[in-house]
Amino acid sequence: MSTQEGASAVAEEQARIAEEVRAMAAKDQPAIEMIDVHKWYGEFHVLRDINLRVKAGERIVVCGPSGSGKSTLIRCINRLEEHQRGRIIVDGIELSDDLKRIDEIRREVGMVFQHFNLFPHLTILENCTLAPVWVRKMPKRQAEEIAMEYLTRVKIPEQAHKYPGQLSGGQQQRVAIARSLCMSPKIMLFDEPTSALDPEMIKEVLDVMVDLAQSGMTMVCVTHEMGFARQVADRVIFMDAGQVIEQNVPAEFFENPQHERTKLFLSQILH
Amino acid sequence: MAEQHSEVDRFFVREQMVEAMPPPGVRRGAGDWFRRNLFSSVPNGIMTILALLFLAWSIPPLIQWAFIDAVWEGTNREACLGPDVGACWAFVKAKFGQFIYGRYPIGERWRVDLVFLLLAAGLVPMAIPSAPYKALNALFLLVIFPVAAFILLTGGFGLRVVPTEFWGGLLVTLVVAITGIVVSFPLGILLALGRRSKMPAVRLLSIAFIELWRGVPLITVLFMSSVMLPFFLPDGVSFDKLLRALIGVAFFSSAYMAEVVRGGLQAIPKGQYEAAAAMGLGYWPMMYLIILPQALKLVIPGIVNTFIGLFKDTSLVLIIGLFDLLGIVQFNFTDSNWATPQTAATGFAFAALVFWIFCFGMSRYSMFIERRLETGHKH
Ligand SMILES: Nc1ncnc2c1ncn2[C@@H]1O[C@H](COP(=O)(O)OP(=O)(O)OP(=O)(O)O)[C@@H](O)[C@H]1O
Ligand SMILES: [Mg+2]
Repeated sequence: MSTQEGASAVAEEQARIAEEVRAMAAKDQPAIEMIDVHKWYGEFHVLRDINLRVKAGERIVVCGPSGSGKSTLIRCINRLEEHQRGRIIVDGIELSDDLKRIDEIRREVGMVFQHFNLFPHLTILENCTLAPVWVRKMPKRQAEEIAMEYLTRVKIPEQAHKYPGQLSGGQQQRVAIARSLCMSPKIMLFDEPTSALDPEMIKEVLDVMVDLAQSGMTMVCVTHEMGFARQVADRVIFMDAGQVIEQNVPAEFFENPQHERTKLFLSQILH
Repeated sequence: MAEQHSEVDRFFVREQMVEAMPPPGVRRGAGDWFRRNLFSSVPNGIMTILALLFLAWSIPPLIQWAFIDAVWEGTNREACLGPDVGACWAFVKAKFGQFIYGRYPIGERWRVDLVFLLLAAGLVPMAIPSAPYKALNALFLLVIFPVAAFILLTGGFGLRVVPTEFWGGLLVTLVVAITGIVVSFPLGILLALGRRSKMPAVRLLSIAFIELWRGVPLITVLFMSSVMLPFFLPDGVSFDKLLRALIGVAFFSSAYMAEVVRGGLQAIPKGQYEAAAAMGLGYWPMMYLIILPQALKLVIPGIVNTFIGLFKDTSLVLIIGLFDLLGIVQFNFTDSNWATPQTAATGFAFAALVFWIFCFGMSRYSMFIERRLETGHKH
């Protein structure tokens, strides 16, 4: 009976998200808007003149050589890094020094990291219920039902009572995705979610991400998985030296790159 | 080289799968245990023999002194005089009340007993992880017990007032140590967080506090509290001596605790902070739920080290005229009624044993907790 309730709770959540996505799209309000964003690490100009609009429900893949600022870009979206010039507006809220508003944004923006960053002292289930209970003030029972539902969706419900240290990398990353989804975010950010994984685990994580993309989630993924980009991305963004060099729909981007650096990068990455 | 390999070496396809088998049986029995643990190699065997020799040399005389030649009964020094007399336990027995309560009035000692009992009643279920009602238990230990203990020990509310000058022995040791532990643990955590704070004023104050208290010897702190403080207080205003010692010890160990905890905080990977922040957890929930549980677990050995150090440092209150367990034992050496060659040795042995029991207990308990908190996390 409890899974039933959990399932209906998840269905309700998804309906709510779909509704919100429609509402935002109708108002023509972008999920994420970056206007003329610059950032420096000390003297080092790491992000330069970034202008990016992500529509609700849109799936963006960001790629580019190492050190080009991809992580920095996506970490600016939930203010893990602070930008120094320009404006970033997420879900209608502008990022500023107001900590309350930042937490408000973070509640709606899920993030999946390269190294999973699960909490090792908590079980898988506790990892998943922590934020709903403490941030969303959801009753524990309900949070657990929803967590089990998402763990089932990423195909590891049987691991719920283990600790992260007892799981494989691929399983941990799927837990990390489920953990973010438990907050029913409007936007999901992925920072190279598969690059710390062995080849055979990459697919199980990508499958979950494809599934998520098809459910209509707004996603920004930093990844070099070009198969994934082709399959689900609405747009591929290529970055180099802290700037957006080229962006296009995947088919055009891969078949017909315009910029020299894009061509070079693609020739290296696609062999 | 390659040519030398046979066909079988170069080309192999498994035809039969190997089914899972139980691990090879664990060999048991005393003989096997001895071989594996004591004589696994020649140097190991030599060390074992040397250790056995040392034990054979040291243990029998100790047993002889502490038990066989010991005097258990007696009402004064006469009992413990003589050429081959060992430990004079009769002395400890006669002075036992003083060792526990100091000069606490005999008719009122039940109050101290009651406090000890309440403490045990609160502490034992708290220490057993499976015992229920942890929140209520903590409330009792941290709020109800201190108030009850304060009233019971100092008096008032119809109870005879017993000034702290009359307290002594194990009572003072425990009061100072437990207050020190209970204050220094949370204060140390706050100071450690403060020292890593992004707010300059908080950081500066924390650093100043930590470095000030860590930089002076505890003896100096205690001396200053009793010699210098009166200069700054208006005439007639006096500050309870025990209270001064309590504050001194608590602040002193807070500074140490802060640095131990800071070590743990530094060991937590940045990703943990980021994952917590990315969920929208604020600073305090993040610390309470994610960072501190991991950091504190890492530094349990250091925390217990500080607690044990604090417990033993309570003896220093002697220099401001307070008699803790060790102080009161030593004080009783001067009693001419019990002046024998064995009095001091026996008294020190007793004090050492009591200190050791408490410190060893803390050490074992911390190891138990460490094992319990193990979650298979590999860094
Ligand atoms: N905290 C920091 N302080 C100074 N420089 C930094 C810091 N973090 C990153 N950088 C620099 O900023 C640049 C961009 O870093 P970023 O992590 O965004 O790159 P990336 O595109 O994600 O690379 P990768 O593919 O290797 O993850 C790099 O040159 C890096 O050295
Ligand atoms: Mg990166």
